[in-house]
Amino acid sequence: MKITLDADKCCAAGQCVLIAPEVFDQRDEDGVVVLLDAEPPADQHDAVREAAAICPAAVIEVQA
Amino acid sequence: MTPRPIAVVGACAAGLAAAEALRRSGWTGPLTLIGDEPHLPYDRPPLSKQLLHGTWEPERLLLRTKEQLDPLGLDLRLGTRATGLEVAARALTLDTGERLDCAGVIIATGVAARTLPGADALTGVHTLRTLDDALALRGRLAGDARRLVIVGNGVLGCEAAAVARELGHEVTLVGHDPVPMAAAVGTAVGELLAEEHRARGVTLRTGTVDGFDTDGDAVTAVRLAHGGVATGGRGEGDARLPADTVLLAIGSTPAVGWLGDDPALDTTDGLRCDAYCAAAPGIYAAGDVARWEHPVHGRPLRIEHRMNATEQGMAAARNLLAELAADGADAQERRPFAPVPYFWSDQYDLKIQAYGPTAGADRVETPVLDRAGRRVLALYGREGRAVAVLAAGLPPRQIRALRAVVATPLPWDEALTRIDTATATG
Repeated sequence: MKITLDADKCCAAGQCVLIAPEVFDQRDEDGVVVLLDAEPPADQHDAVREAAAICPAAVIEVQA
Repeated sequence: MTPRPIAVVGACAAGLAAAEALRRSGWTGPLTLIGDEPHLPYDRPPLSKQLLHGTWEPERLLLRTKEQLDPLGLDLRLGTRATGLEVAARALTLDTGERLDCAGVIIATGVAARTLPGADALTGVHTLRTLDDALALRGRLAGDARRLVIVGNGVLGCEAAAVARELGHEVTLVGHDPVPMAAAVGTAVGELLAEEHRARGVTLRTGTVDGFDTDGDAVTAVRLAHGGVATGGRGEGDARLPADTVLLAIGSTPAVGWLGDDPALDTTDGLRCDAYCAAAPGIYAAGDVARWEHPVHGRPLRIEHRMNATEQGMAAARNLLAELAADGADAQERRPFAPVPYFWSDQYDLKIQAYGPTAGADRVETPVLDRAGRRVLALYGREGRAVAVLAAGLPPRQIRALRAVVATPLPWDEALTRIDTATATG
C-alpha cells in the first residue's frame, strides 16, 4: 500500500487521525494532515482505506 | 434474465460514498448512479469558500476523476432526473422516460436552495447550492466592488460574507435573528462571529425581506419589512438596502418532491428512515435528504453536513446489502447508523469545528470564551445531558479529544469535568 496526500485541500477535520492514528497526524498550528507512514504495514490497511473513504475533503489517495 | 441493478439517486458526496461502499462490500451486480446535474460528483463545502473566492477551479472540487470512477463499473447517468419511485416494486422512473426495476435503491437527492417569490426572474439575485450557482455568483463578484446583500445569516450566508469581504465588496448580512448562526451554534458563539464580521467591515442587519426594488429586471435594493434594525444598537435603519447583487442564503428544502405521495414513505422534512437508514424494504436514504432515527440521541435527525453525507452513504450501502443477502450464507447483520455528527465552518482565519448535534440544544455553556484570542469552546445540552461540543482556536489534539466527551450523551456536570480534562492536556 502506498498513500499520497493532497494536503492543500485538507480541511483539518482530523477524522483520519481518529481512525488511523499510527498513519496520520495533524499539524499543531492549523490542523492540516501529516503523513506519518506512507507505506503502512498490512494491519493498518483497513483503517487507512476507511480514513480515505471518510475524509470530507478527498485528500487521501491509496494505491494498491 | 438480466440481474436487477442497485440504483443510487444523487451523484454527490453521499451517493458516491454509497456507490463505492456497495462495491467494497461485494456488490458485483449492475450499479446505476443517477445525478440531475451534468457534473461528475463534486464537493460542495468549497463552493462557498475556495471556489467562490477564486482560489480553486471547478476541477479541484471533483471527488473522483473519471479514471478513479472507472473501476467501479458504474452505469453513470448524469444530467438525468429521477421522477418517481414505486416503493413496493423498487422501480424508478427517469426523466428519459425509462423505468428501472431495481434490486435496491439508495436515495441521496439532497436539498434544494430556498428562494423568494419573484427572485428567479431578477438579474443579480443568486442562490448558492450547486457548482453552477457558485460559478454564476463568482462571475458576479469577479470584477469591480459590488454592493452585495446576503439574506440569511446562517452558515452559508456567513461564509459567503467572509469571502465577499476578502474580495473587497461592500457586504450587508441580513437575518431574522440578530445574532449570526444563532440557530446552529447558540448566541455566545454567534456573538463572537458577529464581532469578527463587523471587524472585517460587514454590516449586520436584523429584518425580514419584504421584496426587491428593481430597474428593469435588475435588482437595485432589498426591501425590509418594518424598516429592519441595524444590529448592534444603532437604532432603526433604512428600509431599503441598496444592492446590485443579492445572495439568498435562507436555507433549503429536502428534495423529496419527486417521490410523490406514496403512503409507504414519510416525506415530512426529508425522507423518514429507521435507525438503519431504511425508508421501506429495499429503499434506503443518505445525506442531506435523510431524516433517520439516531439510536443514541433517541430522536430523528436530518443533518446537512459534509461528513454525514459520506458516513451515511456508506452505512446505507452496507445495510442495503445486508438486507438483500439476508437469506444467504455470508449474510451480515444490519447495523444502526449512530455517528457522532461533525461539522466545520471557515470564516476569515477562523475555523469552527463541532461534534454532536449543536442545533436543538436547550442549554449552552462556554468554558472557554476568549474573544481577543478568538478561542472558544462551547458545550451544548439537551434534557440534562451534554450532546454536542464546539471549538475554535484550540490545538487539534484537544479538539479531537472533545469528540469522546459527546460520543455518548453524558450528564451535564460530568461532561463539563471531562471537558476540563480534555483541554488541560496537550
